[in-house]
Amino acid sequence: MGSDPLFSHGITLAVFLIVIIKVIVAFAVLLVSVLLMIWFERKLISDMQNRIGPNRAGPFGILQTLADGTKLFFKEDLIPDSADRTVFKLAPFLSVVPAFLVFSIVPIGGVVHIFGHTTELQVADPPMGILFMLVMSSISVYGVTLAGWSSGSKYPLLGSVRATAQMISYEAAMGLSIASVVLITGSLSTRDIVTSQFGTFLGFIPKWNLIRLGIVPFLVFLVAITAEMNRPPFDLAEAESELVGGFHTEYSSLRFALFYLAEFMNTVTMSAIIVTLFFGGASGPVLFGPSWIWPIIWFLIKTGVFLFFYVWVRAALPRLRYDQLMTLGWKILIPVALAWFLIVAAMQVNSYLGFGVFILVLISGGLLSRASGVGDLSDPFRLGRSRSAGTKGVE
Amino acid sequence: MIDLLAAQATLPDLITFLIAACAVILGALGVILMKNPVHSALSMIMTLFAVAVLFIEQDAQFLAAVQVIVYAGAIVVLFLFVIMLLGVDKQENLSRDQLRGQRPLAFLAVLVIFVEILALSQGNWTSGAKATVLSTSSPGSNVVQLAQSIFTTYLLPFEATSVLLIIAVVGAVVLVRRSDLKPGRDTAEAIELESESETK
Repeated sequence: MGSDPLFSHGITLAVFLIVIIKVIVAFAVLLVSVLLMIWFERKLISDMQNRIGPNRAGPFGILQTLADGTKLFFKEDLIPDSADRTVFKLAPFLSVVPAFLVFSIVPIGGVVHIFGHTTELQVADPPMGILFMLVMSSISVYGVTLAGWSSGSKYPLLGSVRATAQMISYEAAMGLSIASVVLITGSLSTRDIVTSQFGTFLGFIPKWNLIRLGIVPFLVFLVAITAEMNRPPFDLAEAESELVGGFHTEYSSLRFALFYLAEFMNTVTMSAIIVTLFFGGASGPVLFGPSWIWPIIWFLIKTGVFLFFYVWVRAALPRLRYDQLMTLGWKILIPVALAWFLIVAAMQVNSYLGFGVFILVLISGGLLSRASGVGDLSDPFRLGRSRSAGTKGVE
Repeated sequence: MIDLLAAQATLPDLITFLIAACAVILGALGVILMKNPVHSALSMIMTLFAVAVLFIEQDAQFLAAVQVIVYAGAIVVLFLFVIMLLGVDKQENLSRDQLRGQRPLAFLAVLVIFVEILALSQGNWTSGAKATVLSTSSPGSNVVQLAQSIFTTYLLPFEATSVLLIIAVVGAVVLVRRSDLKPGRDTAEAIELESESETK
């Protein structure tokens, strides 16, 4: 359970080399995918906004990120006088290292045989599996928090205080939606989560966790993870129209590049995690040719869909207000994730109990939200009413 | 002593243990020696993280994950949050005791605890060797074993702890909650007043 067959016959030099190769390949793949992702995002947003976008460096401007990276590399590295120098230098790495590490638990393919050894196509498959992602996301909070604090400046501090509160709040909803996945899988290992999603219902509906769990945990996870990454529409930590650049206002040159890298690496990794948790990871039919290559292709296609989705959301949705963000996180996502977790647990026993709990949750949820809404001037129903009152005033 | 270490622990275990143990001690020293509270909090994270590494080295993976998620990911972040919000990140004057006789007493307490640890350990030093109590007695990974013992043998203490935590959370919310409604004015009236001010 949750262990790579590579290590079953002891650790020899060949095994050691395979591990090193896997680490280097994963590192390179992630870096290249970030280069492409930044270009893809800029190009796609330009298309959506009727602009041309980057088109100078290379065909279709595909080398634009490389050019930007080189420019950032040779820029002067400024450290403000009022900054806490050690922490200021440490913060970008606290952002970028967790972003790299999370990718190591993502299974990007099936099982392959090289040099007479059998190994899984993922850097590590620890028994704590998906918890490792929660561990790393709780470490990456420090990157943002300390970057803002150590700059010794007003706007970065505001940005980082917002970001910290936001990331801690949404971590709870994220954890609860992951708990449903773990409950139905019976294991924390990412490999087991993927293998439990093999097969189909009725011969054509894939047995993805998206369908087995109902769509709710996926939606909660998607929103929570977007907030966790500080991607639009939850990018209150940066909020360039209010806070200059948020937590990385004072950063320049390579240190700024590291934050930028971390943000896009997180986007790629989290798309991969969503695919792993809810869309069957690397599972899919083998059409023709060698059978080991198809899981990788399916994985890349599914991840690509989510990368497109994130860019689309960035272009389409306006940023949330801070109180709306907190209301969404604490009053909607966490109760919904918790209630759905109860329903999934009851469904594991049998479907009668499952539907019973479902109805019970609906009734008690409605009663509770109404009861807590009485006298509370900022409850979600209230928010809706005041908005309609506002538009009436404009007319 | 070195012979004893090599006899019990494998080389990778020993290396991991030594590095993590050094990080634990350095972090712990940092917490009390750093002048800036934020640096102290960071040293504490280093200690917590290194303890998590020690847990992993003992195959207690779930414990390691929870250690980082709960302590480093939530509790120390809240420390930092308070330090940042309250702006107490100034260096304090430590030349004078805030409480009279605090330092000699603290020194005494540390001495007592140290002697107690020495007496209790009775020469059983940690060496990085894996504990063999759980891994041989029952099948399944560490996570499975932990889950089974929590939800069978220790179900009542586990549930009692979760109820205790909820009581603490609810208590905290009740304590800090200030009612915006003045006594004598009912809810509907207050809502009406607020929506009037919004339409204006």
